[in-house]
Amino acid sequence: MSNSQSKQPLQKKNKGISRRRFLGDMAGTACGVGLLGLGIGLYSKSANAIHPLAVRPPGALPEKDFLAACTRCGICVRDCPYDILKLAEIGDEVPTGTPYFTARTGPCEMCEDIPCIPNCPTGALDHSLTDINKAKMGVAVVVDQETCIAFLGLRCEVCFNVCPVRGKAITIEMKHNQRSGRHAMFIPVVHSGDCTGCGLCEKACILEDAPAIKVFPEHLAKGDLGHHYRVGWEQQKDKGGSLINIEDKHEYNLPEGMRYDHKGVGLITDEGGNPVVDPALIPKKEDKEAPGSVNPLDFLNKGIKEAE
Amino acid sequence: MAAGQINEIIGKEAIEKKGWWQAYKWLILRRFSQLSILGLFMMIPICKLISPALGYENDCALGWILKGNLASSKLFDTIPMTDPMLFLQMLASGFGNIAIDAVIGASIIFVFYLLVGGRVFCSWVCPVNIVTDAAFWLRTKLKLRGGTRFSRNIRYWVLGMVLVLSAVTGSLAYELINPVSMLHRGLFFGMSLGWFVIAGIFLFDLFITKRGWCTHICPMGAFYGLVGKFSPLRVRADARADCDDCAECYTVCPESQILKPVLKGEKTGVAPVILAGECTNCGRCIDVCGEEVFHFGLRFKTDSEKVKTAIGNKQEVN
Repeated sequence: MSNSQSKQPLQKKNKGISRRRFLGDMAGTACGVGLLGLGIGLYSKSANAIHPLAVRPPGALPEKDFLAACTRCGICVRDCPYDILKLAEIGDEVPTGTPYFTARTGPCEMCEDIPCIPNCPTGALDHSLTDINKAKMGVAVVVDQETCIAFLGLRCEVCFNVCPVRGKAITIEMKHNQRSGRHAMFIPVVHSGDCTGCGLCEKACILEDAPAIKVFPEHLAKGDLGHHYRVGWEQQKDKGGSLINIEDKHEYNLPEGMRYDHKGVGLITDEGGNPVVDPALIPKKEDKEAPGSVNPLDFLNKGIKEAE
Repeated sequence: MAAGQINEIIGKEAIEKKGWWQAYKWLILRRFSQLSILGLFMMIPICKLISPALGYENDCALGWILKGNLASSKLFDTIPMTDPMLFLQMLASGFGNIAIDAVIGASIIFVFYLLVGGRVFCSWVCPVNIVTDAAFWLRTKLKLRGGTRFSRNIRYWVLGMVLVLSAVTGSLAYELINPVSMLHRGLFFGMSLGWFVIAGIFLFDLFITKRGWCTHICPMGAFYGLVGKFSPLRVRADARADCDDCAECYTVCPESQILKPVLKGEKTGVAPVILAGECTNCGRCIDVCGEEVFHFGLRFKTDSEKVKTAIGNKQEVN
């Protein structure tokens, strides 16, 4: 402290001034450091965002946890036999010091033993990931459906062929080529459930500059189905059969004192044991006469008879 | 810390009296320690640079000795080491699921510095020390004086701020700009823009505040200083009666404020051992003292001192 020597004698001589100065210094320091902290905090808001095209190594925790857990030591970088991982430096579009790779130039080669994970000291790379095919580094998306030559009706399928989870993460689906009218288009389709986000497809894509297929963080590439949606065919698959038992009598889930009349009266509210029914809703007998005959042929032949 | 008549060459008297080696011993050992730690970390990157030229493929036989950087590393591929200050930030950020390696690693390093002196990290390990020492050397050579003076206690505020910041942002926010870890990483993993930050520290120390970064601001130094408060290994001034007031130790000491109470403590009853956590155990004061006042020793009181017990602990001055 600049006043380390002068402090003690000062205190003896004039306690008031010294205390005032001490408190003043203290407040000044607190303010200065507080402002510095605020600066770093605000900077971290933007600096903690990872560029969408930078991909974390396999097993990386969700980004928020990752930024708390990663010590930025670079052991994963050392352990990667393909040297694809980089540690970001200040000014990069990735939080300083954290590891990432760029799929277009150096994708994850999907080593079976995942050497980048076990030495991670903090578990920022999740040690419980032992099957590289279960990695979720991101999701490949066929972004450019105008230039991708498969959509132009040409055969390519490079992304399909380099995919390490071949036939699962990317499949080729044949579609009718409407332009030529008589060919098939061999369209690559990514299945996010099996895609590891390794980026080998992105690297292999034959387009110049930007590839047609890109790895994105899953939260950017995929939405979430509203929680009230039920995908019937998947539920059927889980159940192993129809979800409906034909023999079950249909039941309305109505509040107490209400029932539903199937025969056309509709909703009936019982008030004190007396059913309240809108008389207009009670079908009249003559209405029962159908507007046409029961036999559909009568309807179809109607004009013919008249013509005869 | 009024420096008296400073010799043209610091430690000239020591060189004459004790010989060149004794006058530079700790400085040289310190540089050796700093550089060999850098060297061990450098093995892999250097190997990766050289091996393709020699026809090998990334197969670095000695690479496994030390892997990572000073934030976290692995020795012999088995012993984990983690910077306890970083570990503290991690805890503050609320990340609870820390793997065992980091817990063991941080404990190892913590205990090590607890034993040898917290700020041994600063003077014997941290590469930024080389930068700031160089700035100080140049500042002395160019006879630059003045600049901004501010409290050395700021570092403890910064340390607190760093931890609060981790808690508020839920991330290791300070590591985004921490120049110390930046240099650690940059040396072994490469950097470009980061060198400007390091240059900034050099210039700050050179022109703005004498020994500005390491002894005023750096929260890592502050943290290790707190650890070092309890270390048994200390610089002792048992022969302080021999002091001839040449003031060279004040000149070289990065924390010169801690010297005087001990050196001149005969009258005030302060024990002849530097107990302040700020001491980096760099041993430069031992080097430059021609009268051999200082030496490394333990904090425990010698029999003759035991009489003066209670007052002895009151020496800590900021």
